[in-house]
Amino acid sequence: MARPERSLGLFLLMTPLLLWLVLLILIPHLDMLLISLQERVAARQYQLSMSHYLEFFTEPLYINTFIRTALMSLLATGITLLIAFPVAYYIAKMARGRSQHLLFLLCLIPFWVSELVRTYGWMILLRESGIISQGLLWIGITSQPLEMLYNDVAIMIGLVYGSMLFMVVPLVTTLGSLDDSLVEAGYDLGGNHWNVLREVIIPHAAPGITSGCIVVFMLSLGNYLTPVLLGGKSSLWFTEQIYTQFITRFNWEQGAALGILLLLLSSLIVWAGLLLSGQSFRKVMS
Amino acid sequence: MIPSIPSSRLFQLTYRFYVVAFFIYLLLPLTIVILFSFNDSLFPSLPWKGFTLDWYLGTREPRLGIFHDSELLESVWTSVVVAAATTVLSVVVSLCNAFLFEREEFAGKNLLYLMMLVPLVIPGVILGVSILIFGSSLANHIEAWWGFDIEGLRPGLPLVVLGQFAFITTICTLVISARLRKFDQSLEEAALNLGASRWTAIRTITLPYLRPALVGAAIVSFLMSFENFNTTLMLVGSDAPLTIAMFDRLREGSTPVINAVSTLLMLFSGALAMASVFVQRPARG
Repeated sequence: MARPERSLGLFLLMTPLLLWLVLLILIPHLDMLLISLQERVAARQYQLSMSHYLEFFTEPLYINTFIRTALMSLLATGITLLIAFPVAYYIAKMARGRSQHLLFLLCLIPFWVSELVRTYGWMILLRESGIISQGLLWIGITSQPLEMLYNDVAIMIGLVYGSMLFMVVPLVTTLGSLDDSLVEAGYDLGGNHWNVLREVIIPHAAPGITSGCIVVFMLSLGNYLTPVLLGGKSSLWFTEQIYTQFITRFNWEQGAALGILLLLLSSLIVWAGLLLSGQSFRKVMS
Repeated sequence: MIPSIPSSRLFQLTYRFYVVAFFIYLLLPLTIVILFSFNDSLFPSLPWKGFTLDWYLGTREPRLGIFHDSELLESVWTSVVVAAATTVLSVVVSLCNAFLFEREEFAGKNLLYLMMLVPLVIPGVILGVSILIFGSSLANHIEAWWGFDIEGLRPGLPLVVLGQFAFITTICTLVISARLRKFDQSLEEAALNLGASRWTAIRTITLPYLRPALVGAAIVSFLMSFENFNTTLMLVGSDAPLTIAMFDRLREGSTPVINAVSTLLMLFSGALAMASVFVQRPARG
């Protein structure tokens, strides 16, 4: 059946895709893996070794930062879900007509604003000479300015704020497809708010919850800007250490090893998330 | 918990209050940034010292406004060039991808589709780093074998474009494929029956149909490129795009000129976002 004209077309269409995936995704990541397995023994002399991975496991700073980044990202994902769910439910099920559209558009606004600007907004709010500190001083709750920047809470606020949209949108979409009569049936059968939420609404929203959580987790784990700007020198974020190895210390082999570990961690958690919730990667991502 | 189910007045009030509080939280940082771009003070913080346009129009240090700050203006231009190049590359490749995945059948299609989605789950920093490594090792090999240096493979704007292109293409492909999937292929067949060549049919029937998605994808990729930070940070050379230049300023502790830039950025991306919503609207009908 394959006419020559047809297969030429297929070839022409596939070439850009293959060039893109092989040259910009596949080879660079394999190259990173190779570099991470190299050890410099003398000038321009390299040999295969696991030393950079060993370094990771014996240096408490790396391990601690790694675990800390993962836990904080998980926490940020959980908080984002908790904050976003009622809002998404309100937009999808309670608001009607024009106000529904308006609220949804309002949610999109921060997304269109650069991450840098969003983070900067929080810096102005939280810093010692910032709005919140000065406001509290003015009301008289505190007697001296408070430094609310450069701590874990500030990082958390920034992470949750920055990824809110990626939770709200999939939740609104899945909740919007929930038939009202199912919810009514739940109440008719004697359920209270909590029962209906647990037995009807959450199971229906599971695909949205999964895709939202995966995206938010990925964004937090790979974030560089928010921890550095809001957490300051003590942010201890893993991407920051990768940056330091590459750009500041020019230790590419160690940096590559850290990069591979971060990639492994994120793939592992995404995979576990998909497995636990029974979703497919393809469905969640498109 | 739907309008047809009675719930207590207190519950409804609390719920409303929560939603309102959420939207205040959502808009507060942005409002503050805009507000303080008009504060007549050298620092973007309280007290409020009166209204000024100096951070836009000021001509001299320390009150150099954005319209006279040549360093920032240059970085804006760098960002525009990078975003334009990224957009052209991404949209063209995505268009091919959309036709490939929606129209063709071939062995390994599913696997390739999954591969196409992978850039979405690679953290931006890692994507940047891996391309940095590959570019440099390629450049080193070429230099060792043939003795000449390819500037484009060293950190710099070409590498930034490639890095952004690597993940923005996925997003564009999803946007364009979604619309191509809804296309009624009998229209194209009719054109073929009427004697059009395959290329003419696609050019006169399919591409005009895809136009809203193409424009939408172009706007999205322009914005994403313009605002990208993580991947850019790893690949940038001596010419800094706007986000990198702003980041450097923020670390130094900058004047409200950063607020002015941010405000203009919000206006600009807001306008583009509106445009993309507007362009894609008829598609839903």
